[in-house]
Amino acid sequence: MKYVSEYRDARKAAHYAKALARVVTHPWTIMEVCGGQTHAIVKYGVDQLLPRQVTLVHGPGCPVCVTPVGLLDAAMEIASRPEVIFCSFGDMLRVPGSARDLLSVKAAGGDLRVVYSPLDAVKLAREHPTREVVFFAVGFETTAPANAMAVYQAHRMGLRNFSLLVAHVLIPPAMEAILAAPGNRVQGFLAPGHVCTVMGSPEYEAIAGRHRVPIVITGFEPLDILQGVFLCVKQLEEGRAEVENQYARSVRREGNREAQQLIREVFRVCPREWRGLGEIPGSGLTLQDQYAAYDAERRFNLARTTGGESPECRSGLVLQGAIKPQECPAFGTRCTPEHPLGAPMVSSEGACAAYYRYRRARGVTGNDQIPKTNDQW
Amino acid sequence: MCLAVPGKIESITTDDPLMRTGQVRFGGIVKEVNLAFVPDALVGDYVVVHVGFAISKLDEAEANRVFEYVQQLGEAGEGPG
Repeated sequence: MKYVSEYRDARKAAHYAKALARVVTHPWTIMEVCGGQTHAIVKYGVDQLLPRQVTLVHGPGCPVCVTPVGLLDAAMEIASRPEVIFCSFGDMLRVPGSARDLLSVKAAGGDLRVVYSPLDAVKLAREHPTREVVFFAVGFETTAPANAMAVYQAHRMGLRNFSLLVAHVLIPPAMEAILAAPGNRVQGFLAPGHVCTVMGSPEYEAIAGRHRVPIVITGFEPLDILQGVFLCVKQLEEGRAEVENQYARSVRREGNREAQQLIREVFRVCPREWRGLGEIPGSGLTLQDQYAAYDAERRFNLARTTGGESPECRSGLVLQGAIKPQECPAFGTRCTPEHPLGAPMVSSEGACAAYYRYRRARGVTGNDQIPKTNDQW
Repeated sequence: MCLAVPGKIESITTDDPLMRTGQVRFGGIVKEVNLAFVPDALVGDYVVVHVGFAISKLDEAEANRVFEYVQQLGEAGEGPG
């Protein structure tokens, strides 16, 4: 497939690995922020191509993983109501709340639909005017334009039976929280290419300047990640701290203006609690007052619960890059994708799920995961 | 969640700015995609698609830089010493 397979060329990957080995002289720790990048790294063994001085740590860029337990419990309470059609991306179904998951709500008779796009939920609301259709709006800036459009279109159509349960989070405040945490060891970032496709690079330029940290906006294929790491290491070696754009085929400096305009129309910034990280100021989105009628939390008058996290789950440390998934004592034994203790074990972007799927049986050996030229993801 | 996939616009079916919709091909699959956020994308262009929405038009010249850059690195590193 064009724009995919050519970025999985094993020979070019080896060239990047050699070039990296030539420029690196010091040990460096770099965080890839996005869970999609984590999965590509673990799946293709990109980390195993790097010189031993370069350590990649996995970041919090998995919206499913950071959705707080209280909000999951709210989702399950809404989804259990007989008048509700509850719509969600498939990722959320097995994420544990304090007592159960959405899949068990469905098994108990809840009308839960897995949708591909938030517009599918708007369509359901039009087709079922006597039912309440609720969409679980989980995501980063990448997903915000789509969810904003769903609300905007529902408003234009005069749909009164559509609402969002909003769990939107923003990347830059989370990066700053990681840099400010005691014992932080992250020296450079690979910033998430699709978040930056929407938002552009100015927020990252501010972080690079404030914290003297190099940031490379990076794509999601193995060659993208290798080039991103190369550019980041080169900056670290040369003592620079700038924003560079490795993923320029999709990211413009100003981002996608049409998308940003609609986000601002429908959402405003709010404080948000992150599962595993706690509350981060200015790190979430909520509906603007003129769209408050589409807010499921208001519509269903929910009592917020708190807590319910498994005491054994170390996902908070995993999400901050402080430990690797297999350093958790429950990994692969008491915590598996079938019986997860925490969200990173079930999300398609969760670091624990990536290690369980690609590293558990094989162990970490050799370069057997380097993609063939025609390998399709 | 931020998974987004490149695809080629095969046709544009609705031209209302908000509902701008097209058929986009991903390998063997064709899906309906909202094109409201890429108003300048035309039939034949490649777009990055996330949850049913195109979020950018791919820039072909920029796309090749990944390969050009590694080639330059290779040449720089192959000299004597």
